[in-house]
Amino acid sequence: MTPLPRWADVVLLPLLNVVLAFLVGGLIVLAVGQNPLQAVGIMLYGAFGYGSGFGYTLYYTTDFIFAGLAVSLAYHAGLFNIGPEGQAYVGGLGVILIGLALNGTHWAIVFPLMIICGGAFGALWAFVPGYLQAKRGSHVVITTILFNFIATSMMGFLISRVLKPAGVNSDESAPLEAITRVPQLRTFIELFKNSPVNLTFFLAIIALVFIYWLIWRTKFGYAVRALGQNPVAANYAGISNQKMIMIVMAMSGVLAAMVAVNNVGGVQGRLILNFVNGAGFVGIAVAFMGRGHPVGVGLSALLFGILYQGGQELAFQMPGITREMIVTIQALVILFTGAMGDMLRAPLARLLTRSEPATGAK
Amino acid sequence: MTSLHPTNAQRSEGTAAAPLAIELVGINKHFGPVHANRDIHLAIKRGTVHGIVGENGAGKSTLMSILYGFYTADSGEIRVNGTPATITDSRHALALGIGMVHQHFMLVDNFSVLENVVLGAEDSAFLAPTLNKARTQLKALARDYGLEVDPDAIIENLSVGQQQRVEILKALYRGAETLILDEPTGVLTPDEADHLFRILGKLREEGKTIILITHKLREIMAITDEVSVMRQGAMVKTLTTSETSPGELAELMVGRRVLLRVEKGPASPGKVLLDVQDLVVTDDFKVPRVKGVSFQVRAGEIVGIAGVAGNGQSELLESIAGMRDQLLGTIRLNGEVLSLEGDDGAARARTAGLAHVPEDRLRMGLVTTFSEWENSILGYQHSYGDGPGLDIAKARQTAEEYIKKFDIRPPNIDLKTANFSGGNQQKIVLAREMERNPDVLIVGQPTRGVDIGAIEFIHNQIIKMRDAGKAILLVSVELDEIRSLADRILVIFDGKIVGEADPATADETELGLLMTGSHASSDKTPGPGTLPAHETPVQQTLVKMSPQDLSGKDPN
Repeated sequence: MTPLPRWADVVLLPLLNVVLAFLVGGLIVLAVGQNPLQAVGIMLYGAFGYGSGFGYTLYYTTDFIFAGLAVSLAYHAGLFNIGPEGQAYVGGLGVILIGLALNGTHWAIVFPLMIICGGAFGALWAFVPGYLQAKRGSHVVITTILFNFIATSMMGFLISRVLKPAGVNSDESAPLEAITRVPQLRTFIELFKNSPVNLTFFLAIIALVFIYWLIWRTKFGYAVRALGQNPVAANYAGISNQKMIMIVMAMSGVLAAMVAVNNVGGVQGRLILNFVNGAGFVGIAVAFMGRGHPVGVGLSALLFGILYQGGQELAFQMPGITREMIVTIQALVILFTGAMGDMLRAPLARLLTRSEPATGAK
Repeated sequence: MTSLHPTNAQRSEGTAAAPLAIELVGINKHFGPVHANRDIHLAIKRGTVHGIVGENGAGKSTLMSILYGFYTADSGEIRVNGTPATITDSRHALALGIGMVHQHFMLVDNFSVLENVVLGAEDSAFLAPTLNKARTQLKALARDYGLEVDPDAIIENLSVGQQQRVEILKALYRGAETLILDEPTGVLTPDEADHLFRILGKLREEGKTIILITHKLREIMAITDEVSVMRQGAMVKTLTTSETSPGELAELMVGRRVLLRVEKGPASPGKVLLDVQDLVVTDDFKVPRVKGVSFQVRAGEIVGIAGVAGNGQSELLESIAGMRDQLLGTIRLNGEVLSLEGDDGAARARTAGLAHVPEDRLRMGLVTTFSEWENSILGYQHSYGDGPGLDIAKARQTAEEYIKKFDIRPPNIDLKTANFSGGNQQKIVLAREMERNPDVLIVGQPTRGVDIGAIEFIHNQIIKMRDAGKAILLVSVELDEIRSLADRILVIFDGKIVGEADPATADETELGLLMTGSHASSDKTPGPGTLPAHETPVQQTLVKMSPQDLSGKDPN
């Protein structure tokens, strides 16, 4: 099988997968007697058409970028980290603890500390599976799944029994004061009124650039890729597989924990039960659709941001389309870009090579 | 003398002598711009062993894949027993009586022999009747062809040679009349290879047709009736084995005269650079493979370790290279003890002045998904750039230099390493390891799977390193390679050094006896159908047709 040219692999194939997902989704919309074109229109309007909608889209995108990068970085080292959900959740504990400890302090001081402290908690939650993989051979896929469950139970206990102030009914921690919270962009930009997008969005953009630099422009990234592509050759090259696995998993956890900075520090201002709400799992789809490349991760995170925000608009505007149907369409995108992402690879390769000898024969 | 098509006379002559089992007429196959098979004509007589030889990439495997139904030819015709056939897949090929034994076995490791044999050929939804039938048939096959394997043994507990027998049984159980064997001896010990050849002889006696793809000319000369030579996708010539010589075949394969005698002067050993004392090393399953080995390598000498594959050479090399922890003993590089704590000992070994050309370049020496320039710094990435950043410009410059110096083709540093040929991949590894100016160079199987043309170059580079005062440890299963390169030969058997020899005066028989575990094996009487021409199995092991032997026997 001749491999696809790079442009087809990076741009054309994901695009075709998305189109296919929307075609099938359109059929479902058609089946319940609604107009698919109108649905797409409403979705796009909801995602981009007005300021607060656009702000929400960017807010979701921020979450998905971090979760997607967390999965991508680990994947470059040959590790399948499916625990960003739990890592983000535990990261939230670090964010709220430092926030509450310095409650009332200006955000300019607390924001960096939230990144560090939240990151440290997320790192710890990912490091343990990394350690178990490196030293004990327990597969990270299994351990990170289990750590998601442990995180849910542990955080549930901590929030409802330890962090919940007396006299509060809902399961949440004490709130942060306004000055301590990560500022939302609507305080500077009128366009984003009523939307939660905050400074963490810029952190996500920085993270995209940083991860690109890290993976393709540093010695560390070289070692990560060597390990991911051929662990035996990495060992031959004197790269410590064990150390690298633990370091990469910890870094992956830091990235996942930034979801908590976005949500806990920037929006809720408190730690609420199950605040991650699946963003960590979406990160897996984002990473695969983006082929582990920061540009791809950024674009697919935006797509999922559109699906989330536009989908809510759609459920609101078209009563015939229920919330469940939105989830179905999102699931179709994940199915076609993630699980069946290589379905069109072989036919596409055939199509492209068939046209090639005609031009390159002479 | 090289004709692209066999003449009509040749072909009709063949038809007259014996009916044809397989006939390929005008086969063409393109992969994109690559013309992998050019107008191939091939006639294979029933009841013969037909060899196919050629360099890597000559199109042998493509041709056999077309015959076995993996690929469809762009044009041309396949005739099975005289009838034209369009073979669409391997099931179809089997139905036509064509079976294939792949270089890499297609067996389910945790199934029994019996289960593997019937896999995909079950008669009904219930297994018991099929298994009972297969059991009886296997017994008959074992009796007729000497294919003894315990039907209830689990595949993963069998030796490689036995697994190969299971593959042959699979094909025969499905009624194969023609067997294609792709490099069957690459993974076998000499003893197992002899056994395989006895089986092939039996199969021929019973009227089966065998197509043998190999690059070992010794095997061609020993077992085949006819041999076809391929070069650059074309069928160069088909010859009767008894009327040709290894020299002629080598020349046809490469397309020029091959002169591979290694030119080297006497060694002038200096101080000890590599000192191994009482080394004990285990494999991944904690089984000792190196059992108390001591030796020294001095500056300006090549020490060769001769032995049959699987006697601890791999573990020895990996331990010295810092990749495998030693159980006991010490390794000194330049007088410094090499610590193997942790799993990054290879980095410390490199810092101490060691360079390592690994036995298996694809598994260990290269990251094949990396581009060429990335592989040219593997293991040395720390010396590119001062901070955390990788100095890509400098790395690319290094790669350009190596490509020029080692004539790596194609000269494209951005090409994915997997797309280079085996010989050029080996040159990428050699350039990287030799150009770092190491004090000690350890080399495993430097020319395994490398084209005849590149072998010459690689040997000369190794000699050049020696003359520059490096200590070189060479491990090879090709005894002739060791004999022609090494200044001293150590023989390894069962993880121990069992003897030392001077290559200039070493007696081949004696070396061979040592390699195969002393004199015990010389008592073995060869069974029926053993390879002709040499008195003992040991001597057969030794008289591997090597380039050195070729030039001597070449009639020109």
